Amino acid sequence: MLRTIGRRLLLLIPTLFGLSVLLFFWVRALPGGPAAALLGERATPEAIERINEAYGFNRPLPEQYITWLGRLLQGDFGNSIETRRPVLEEFINRFPATIELSILALIIAVGIGIPLGYWAARNHGKLFDHISVGMSLLGITIPVFFLAFMLKWLFAVQLGWLPTTGRQDRGVDATHFTGFYVLDGFLTGEYDAAWNAFIHLLLPALALATIPLAIIVRITRASVLEVVNADYVRTGRAKGVSKQIIRNRFVLRNAMLPVVTTIGLQTGLLISGAVLTETVFAFPGIGAFLANAIFARDFPVLQGFVLFIAVAYALINLLVDISYSIIDPRVRIQ
Amino acid sequence: MSATEVLQPPTGPEVGEDAPRRSGSFWGDVFRRVRKNPAAWVGAVVVLAFILVAALAPWLAPYAELDTPGREHLRPTSLPVPGDLAEFPLGIDRFGGDVLSKLIWGAQASLLIGVISTFFGLVGGMVLGALAGAFGGWVDGVIMRLVDILLSVPNLLLAVSIAAILGRTPLAIMIAIGVSQVPIFARLLRSSMLGQRSADYVLAARTLGLGTGRITMSHLLPNSVGPVIVQATLTLATAVIDAAALSFLGLGGGRPETAEWGRMLTYAQNELAIAPSLAFLPGVCIMITALGFTLLGESLREAMDPRTRKR
Repeated sequence: MLRTIGRRLLLLIPTLFGLSVLLFFWVRALPGGPAAALLGERATPEAIERINEAYGFNRPLPEQYITWLGRLLQGDFGNSIETRRPVLEEFINRFPATIELSILALIIAVGIGIPLGYWAARNHGKLFDHISVGMSLLGITIPVFFLAFMLKWLFAVQLGWLPTTGRQDRGVDATHFTGFYVLDGFLTGEYDAAWNAFIHLLLPALALATIPLAIIVRITRASVLEVVNADYVRTGRAKGVSKQIIRNRFVLRNAMLPVVTTIGLQTGLLISGAVLTETVFAFPGIGAFLANAIFARDFPVLQGFVLFIAVAYALINLLVDISYSIIDPRVRIQ
Repeated sequence: MSATEVLQPPTGPEVGEDAPRRSGSFWGDVFRRVRKNPAAWVGAVVVLAFILVAALAPWLAPYAELDTPGREHLRPTSLPVPGDLAEFPLGIDRFGGDVLSKLIWGAQASLLIGVISTFFGLVGGMVLGALAGAFGGWVDGVIMRLVDILLSVPNLLLAVSIAAILGRTPLAIMIAIGVSQVPIFARLLRSSMLGQRSADYVLAARTLGLGTGRITMSHLLPNSVGPVIVQATLTLATAVIDAAALSFLGLGGGRPETAEWGRMLTYAQNELAIAPSLAFLPGVCIMITALGFTLLGESLREAMDPRTRKR
């Protein structure tokens, strides 16, 4: 097990190395080069020359790359052009917000998706099955930002039940030390602050959860349908094994294997979705910051965030593979 | 998203061998099965309607793309919504543009971006996949590492980053979405071809002295391309959604009143309280289009799946 994890972590190194090369040359491919991006479109040639000299942008590319990589390895990802603060700091400040949002979205998607998919399969061919299949098809094709709009319009603008933007109301007296606002509220005993942060999370999380939810329903349904007719389940029934044991140990445990893989694959979707959802709800996570950086061509932020996200993405997928081997002992041997 | 989910290619030439066959060819059989599927019909009708609207936009749309005929109806605190004015059945937007016309022109933009970007992705992915599948060995290794690097960044984020670097133009969006699709097609074609490489007919061709290029082009590729075509149909749905997402994020460029569904949603943001239809209509258009391609693609996939074909 440990060897597998070690091997996977080692395999991550060449991928990240390749990604860093791509990201480096990406920025060098900018029209006008990085100096023009730093100074804006109306920069004078003299100013560009000065910046090139100061930052070493006129050195040979391989040399620049080595210098850049050396700084990265020391944790120096440069400063944001917009905020002038270190990219790493900006990322660390915003990452908990996105994690909190993604975790709630994942809880919604898994918590509703698996039971719904299971029930659809158990009622195969009946009305409930058709409704869930139809709804999940709609869930897959709905653009996440459009859904975010509709939720915002219905629950925030029309009904006024939930807040439209931000993570917490300004007036709320809250102490923050972990960066996870809901958790902070619980740790400090400020339950009203935790509740306030939670209701701010609800709409964006719902929007973010929809596509993964739809996919989980489909995969669970298909997977349960496949397992439910398996020979060993029929044998179990014939032997008189109780219904609970058949459901929990025979059907669910085996049917969950593809579902776990799917949940792992959703993390990419959650990160992409977060860029759009956070923008709609002005939620101060890495997604909204990244969307802003893209628009402002804040390339150090773009480079740094893409690298961080790739690392996070790879680690989450590794976690999924580990959990896979816990659920399925057959995988453990390899 | 199932549209990006990678298909399992049929395993070798014996696919569907047990199926009771009336027509001789694989594709004839697939076509017959698709025709019997109501979901495929719904998908085909939606896709056809979308293509027709897009192609006939200059004749169907009451106004030109950038026209603002409703300017005199603009009020700071309200906008005519669907049903208010007879000459603008779906209302007008903040620029004074006719929403119906813009939706029709938007279909054209979506079709162009969707098809061209998927074409880029398909060609790029197929070239890489075919090289990897035909040569194997170190060529395969290098190409697959490259694909891994592209896959290490979530799909839409990759497209967004590329578009941000290339600049705010429609072509940048097409290239960006195309590149983000390359890994799916490359992996799919490669694994499909690897399955065929050891097949008897390939061995026979090799024994006859045919070169790798000839075998690839006239044997491996035609027999491996099925799942790729299905995936392309499904990917069109993703491409339409991603194109809308990218122009929603402001990467489309051009004038703000350009008719694009994603961009219409961007500007609808400010009018959500007074004219929610401005957001609702383009959103539904994106959804229906994506649904059409998804239904068609999934019916095709089901018809080609060896597991369901045997039944």
